[in-house]
Amino acid sequence: MKVLVTVKRVIDYNVKVRVKSDNTDVDLNNVKMAINPFCEIAVEEAVRLKEAGTATEIVVVSLGPQAAQEQLRTALALGADRAILVQSDENLESLSVAKLLAKVVEKEQPDLVLMGKQAIDSDNNQTGQMLAALTGMGQGTFASEVKVEDGKVQVTREVDGGLQTVELSTPAVVTTDLRLNEPRYASLPNIMKAKRKPLETLTPADLGVEVKANTKLLKVEPPAERSAGIKVADVAELVDKLKNEAKVI
Amino acid sequence: MSILVIAEHDNQALKPSTLSTLAAAAQIGGDVTLLVAGNGCAAAGDAAAKAEGVAKVLLADNPAYDHEIAENMAALIKSLAEGYTHILAPASANGKNFMPRVAALLDVGQISDIIKVESADTFARPIYAGNAIATVQSLDAVKVITVRGTAFDAVSAEGGNAAVEALSQVEDTGLSRYVSEEMAKSDRPELTSARVVISGGRGMADSEHFHLLEKVADKLGAAVGASRAAVDAGFAPNDMQVGQTGKIVAPELYVAVGISGAIQHLAGMKDSKVIVAINKDEEAPIFQVADYGLVADLFTALPELDESL
Ligand SMILES: Cc1cc2nc3c(=O)[nH]c(=O)nc-3n(C[C@H](O)[C@H](O)[C@H](O)COP(=O)(O)OP(=O)(O)OC[C@H]3O[C@@H](n4cnc5c(N)ncnc54)[C@H](O)[C@@H]3O)c2cc1C
Repeated sequence: MKVLVTVKRVIDYNVKVRVKSDNTDVDLNNVKMAINPFCEIAVEEAVRLKEAGTATEIVVVSLGPQAAQEQLRTALALGADRAILVQSDENLESLSVAKLLAKVVEKEQPDLVLMGKQAIDSDNNQTGQMLAALTGMGQGTFASEVKVEDGKVQVTREVDGGLQTVELSTPAVVTTDLRLNEPRYASLPNIMKAKRKPLETLTPADLGVEVKANTKLLKVEPPAERSAGIKVADVAELVDKLKNEAKVI
Repeated sequence: MSILVIAEHDNQALKPSTLSTLAAAAQIGGDVTLLVAGNGCAAAGDAAAKAEGVAKVLLADNPAYDHEIAENMAALIKSLAEGYTHILAPASANGKNFMPRVAALLDVGQISDIIKVESADTFARPIYAGNAIATVQSLDAVKVITVRGTAFDAVSAEGGNAAVEALSQVEDTGLSRYVSEEMAKSDRPELTSARVVISGGRGMADSEHFHLLEKVADKLGAAVGASRAAVDAGFAPNDMQVGQTGKIVAPELYVAVGISGAIQHLAGMKDSKVIVAINKDEEAPIFQVADYGLVADLFTALPELDESL
């Protein structure tokens, strides 16, 4: 079985982003970048499928600036076999990314596409579902467990109220949630080995896709700040404040 | 303008998030049609007809829409889309699942998780775990939007008198099959619409101690939430996770117990009206957003709180 995994280059999750003073966007200058954590979980799942003998090849794809090669190399060090960068300096919105990925899917013919459920920068939670729609595949979103058996994928999903299991025929798109697995760290020898694994660079034009904007960003502002309140001395004072000052209990 | 709203329901009644989504639709302005799709959902269809501001209800009651399987839901909505300028759904697990699929089938983008309607084509939404608010203008002919329920005051569930039209067409893609579900049972209020939420974090130490929290919750009539760390450790089920990638809550009172206040957690609760933090580390970032902070060991503070309520 061939698995396609996608990774997005995003701000490191530990970094608190700042809004530019002219309110045009957030400031990503000199900010630490990393693989989107949900994509890292997708890579880990693919590697585990390969270790279990279910997957035979893992192709990792990223779409974005040339610097996204770093994230592809990380994925290769974690166990992906080869990488594709669809290079573009434009702001790629979800629908364009899904269209580009649909072309990669057409070329690569994977049996399973593993993606993160959302990117922690735009917080959109869209691309996997859009790719599934464009390619006519079934979708198993927000996965906390993935089982592959004879041409079928069983996906247990984190939904409101609990867990839901669906069965999809392959090829299918699965998007990862936090509980699917705990990603490993790349070992030094694997980081060295990853440098020699193949990395192909394509452009949107190579894939015959015209990148289009569906939205226009008008402004970006910091959220309303909350200021710290007071410290109470003990539980009795807390209860008194909640009853008589805040009047919420 | 003509708006199609997709209802979140449990077959019997509308979920509060539907009423908040209707409020967002009212701010956009125009005729509102409410789609109720499910299996055995006629009662929800009747409830939908009574909701404030609904001009028409479309009822798609068929096994194909059981558990709102995304592939069939998206095919259905696409088949109904013509003539609507906006398609809205709550940013719930269901809405997040099928709406981007709808958008792609219509060859348009999606604007996720809006918190404000600026105009019929311009909306505000949080990005970067709520550390920035983006105002975006849609350039598409049809606006596909998911709505953050806590950001809009629900319309009334009563007072409307819309006609219900039963749909005869069935969209069954056969792409996906529902196998089973495992729902957490609880008599407590639902997390995203509760007036009071009390959440526990890694500091709760184990699931035994997590019950301390549940006792207090019951006295307060509160819903119980959790940090990711508490869910990962198995103290609480996944659907209790509050945060950037879990549930978004904005109750009157949020009590965070043994939670440090990581940005991903704050993203899910910092719009609460009153925030209380109980933590033994006085440097914990949660205190920076708390109206009332208690620096204490939760294992003594929680039983005391339980007693004094
Ligand atoms: C992609 C991604 C998405 C994420 N999404 C979410 C999300 O949606 N929601 C979320 O919550 N997190 C999320 N996280 C995780 C987040 O970064 C933090 O790791 C998590 O919120 C920490 O949980 P915590 O506060 O319970 O644990 P910790 O940070 O370990 O804090 C435990 C706190 O308990 C206190 N404590 C310990 N013992 C006691 C005691 N006896 N009495 C009183 N206080 C005590 C400690 O002082 C400490 O402040 C996400 C992370 C990533 C990478």
